[in-house]
Amino acid sequence: MYFEKVSTPLLYKIHPLGDHALTVEFGSLIDDSINQKIILLFHQLKQKNIAFIKDIIPAYASLTVVYDVTAIRKKAPSAYLFMKKEMENEIINCDFNITVSVRKIEIPVCYDTSLGIDLEEMSQQKNIPVDEIIQLHSNKTYRVFMIGFLPGFAYMGSVEEKIITARKQQPRINVSAGSVGIAGEQTGIYPFDSPGGWNIIGQTPIKLFDTKRENPVLLEAGDEIKFIPIDLNEFKKIKESV
Amino acid sequence: MSILIIKQGIADSIQDLGRYGCQHLGINPNGAMDTIAAQTANLLVGNDLNNTVIEIHFPSSVILFKEQSLIAICGADFSPMINDIAIPINTPIIIEKNCVLQFKKPISGARTYLAVKGGFDLPKWLNSFSTNNKANAGGFEGRNLKKHDEIHFRSVQKYGAVLKQKDCEILSWHASLKNFYSASNFIRIIIGSEYDWLTDDAKKLLGSSSFTISNQSDRMGYRMKGENLLLKNDQQLISSGVTKGTVQLLPDGQVIILMADHQTTGGYPKMAHVISADIPKLSQMNPNEKIQFNIIQQQEAEDILFDQYQQILQLQNACNFSLKKFNEQYGFH
Repeated sequence: MYFEKVSTPLLYKIHPLGDHALTVEFGSLIDDSINQKIILLFHQLKQKNIAFIKDIIPAYASLTVVYDVTAIRKKAPSAYLFMKKEMENEIINCDFNITVSVRKIEIPVCYDTSLGIDLEEMSQQKNIPVDEIIQLHSNKTYRVFMIGFLPGFAYMGSVEEKIITARKQQPRINVSAGSVGIAGEQTGIYPFDSPGGWNIIGQTPIKLFDTKRENPVLLEAGDEIKFIPIDLNEFKKIKESV
Repeated sequence: MSILIIKQGIADSIQDLGRYGCQHLGINPNGAMDTIAAQTANLLVGNDLNNTVIEIHFPSSVILFKEQSLIAICGADFSPMINDIAIPINTPIIIEKNCVLQFKKPISGARTYLAVKGGFDLPKWLNSFSTNNKANAGGFEGRNLKKHDEIHFRSVQKYGAVLKQKDCEILSWHASLKNFYSASNFIRIIIGSEYDWLTDDAKKLLGSSSFTISNQSDRMGYRMKGENLLLKNDQQLISSGVTKGTVQLLPDGQVIILMADHQTTGGYPKMAHVISADIPKLSQMNPNEKIQFNIIQQQEAEDILFDQYQQILQLQNACNFSLKKFNEQYGFH
């Protein structure tokens, strides 16, 4: 596999993902500027509503396109080569230098140790007071790099080096919906009760996923997130109102 | 104008051909595991290929029909019975109202599909009827079917003239699905983007050794038991999109094949992908069955899938022709 040069200059490669999807890779790093390019391309593809594309999945440094093989095969001898060419054209025509308006979203989080059930362990392990962990986590603005794992689960980054914490050795059988966690340099929020191995440092009372909303998912790749610390009373109040 | 679940099955759910267009939100496609059987059930009763079906496992739901209906059951053979009459699979059948459909014994396959003429009257969620148990949305109340669930039909037709007081009438045509599921234990794959991370020995093992479907296999994925596959180097991967059929290598050296309820992204190395045309066959295999992977080229996988699609269309044409003659004979619409 090789990288092709385009005008920006932007290095990328395209490879098949099975017989009905392909992945465009812009590298193999967790990096704001690479991810921004992925999101730009994602929005361009979404907006154009390109025929035969069934799904587009942006990730950290890649974008996967799921396509309708049989529909393409009615007009082209290879669905993969057809879609690969299509993507190459889209990349050439994408202006990766434009600045995009980013949604800035504030998420209230209660860092009480009754909800942030791994805070004390992290504090001991890292030799940092709980208050400092909370301050370090809530002082920063994070980027949503991608959505995956569960409907509406946002992978955000990157946390301050001091609070980078490896996933738990033994994943929990159940993590409560709304739980805010850290895994490596990433931070994320569980939209549902789910098994999970992230270090839980707090909980948000708001719903990350709600089937009653037209767009059930609150966060999208490219969003900027700030966590606002709240106390247990506020947490309960907001939780009752949503 | 409905069916009533009078006994709960282990994991029966409403599906169609899947929910696409939402994977960027982490909302996975779901949909029938065996799309060939689901489409065949629909075409046998004259429905669109993407209409609603009930995906049924064993032990199965017991279903009371509160209205006459034209039905078809395709996929696994779980010895279906209408009251005390054994009925064939892959065949359109007219059922009298107040009759009970149940499944007595698993003979072959892992899941079977029930379609009714006109489909089930349910709301779509994000453009699909498929059940998303994680999000608790889609299908019937976003979950697997339970006792006392009543699911309405979208349309009704009176079949008294065909039934003539009998509990059911087995119509005279059927769909042969033999071509879609080869008898061998071969599952065809194409190589994945991290295939070259494998040692030469591991590559040989992937292409030639046998793998057993483990008990930890469900609609999300089939965990396989086989020889440990080793990587040349201990490389890390950042998460990226995955899809139905993706064969991931887990840290313990074992592989998992992603199925209909797969996550949208994953961070394990992608060794291979089961070709789309063999997913239905794999979906009909049960834990403890053995498979062997057979590596083919990307283009060939597409060719096989396109050929499969054309066969479905041919089957649909043939069934529509029979159904039309039948409808004309009885003056149905």
